[in-house]
Amino acid sequence: MKLKPSDLDKIAQKMRSVTNLRKGTSRIKITVHMGTCGIASGARDILSAFLSCVEEEGVSDVLITTSGCAGLCSREPMATVEARDKPPVKYVDLTKEKVKRIFKDYVMGGKIVEEYALAIGSERVL
Amino acid sequence: MIPMYDLSLHILDIVENSIRAGARNVWIDIMQNTKKKRLDIIIKDDGKGMDDKEIRSASDPFFTTKKGKKVGLGISLFAQAAHATDGEIIIKSQKGKGTEVRASFNLYHPDMKPLGDMDETVRVLRATHRDVTFRYIKHDKYMP
Repeated sequence: MKLKPSDLDKIAQKMRSVTNLRKGTSRIKITVHMGTCGIASGARDILSAFLSCVEEEGVSDVLITTSGCAGLCSREPMATVEARDKPPVKYVDLTKEKVKRIFKDYVMGGKIVEEYALAIGSERVL
Repeated sequence: MIPMYDLSLHILDIVENSIRAGARNVWIDIMQNTKKKRLDIIIKDDGKGMDDKEIRSASDPFFTTKKGKKVGLGISLFAQAAHATDGEIIIKSQKGKGTEVRASFNLYHPDMKPLGDMDETVRVLRATHRDVTFRYIKHDKYMP
């Protein structure tokens, strides 16, 4: 099969996402809040749901990490999703189903799932 | 809210403390001795450590080193789980060297919590903190 210029673009794009991870510059960072409050409300299951989403989709430019208590213990489990050049989105009261939806729509599709979000950015409250 | 229903979640919570203390290595040892009816959990790290005052206050639910926070429940709840089985918790630490948390439980006490899914705890830790080395060993019928 002969390679077309458009194929080269595709290969370049694919490799870019792989090297992004190697350099530590990922397209999307997901922070699951894992303070005592988060863990007690099921943050470990939320985290493994995100991890299985990454495995299922086979994406390499999504970084998943943890942080401590964010001071909103009653709305745990929480996760903050930060796409490059976009304001961070805080999702609250997460369940495994919500995680799947967020991953499909926002991480893969680029569309913010507003009904699960607490706030977008630091100022604007929905 | 679901309470901390098993020990693997407590361990996850304590190890998150280690990571926040800048640990590069975390050792998790679980020693179960059915003959002596005892379970020991040892979590050791090479993080920034604590001074004597911090060690004494670590089990106090109203003590925290985080700014803007009034409570710190991680160690307190872990200690409560141990005390509920007439067990105990010992914290050893040296500033700049690291911290060791050792909790012992009476294995057949009615208030003993199940160990839970340790593999899942270690899996999520390894997946989210790739720059930290986690060593987890469960020893059966072993007593130090």
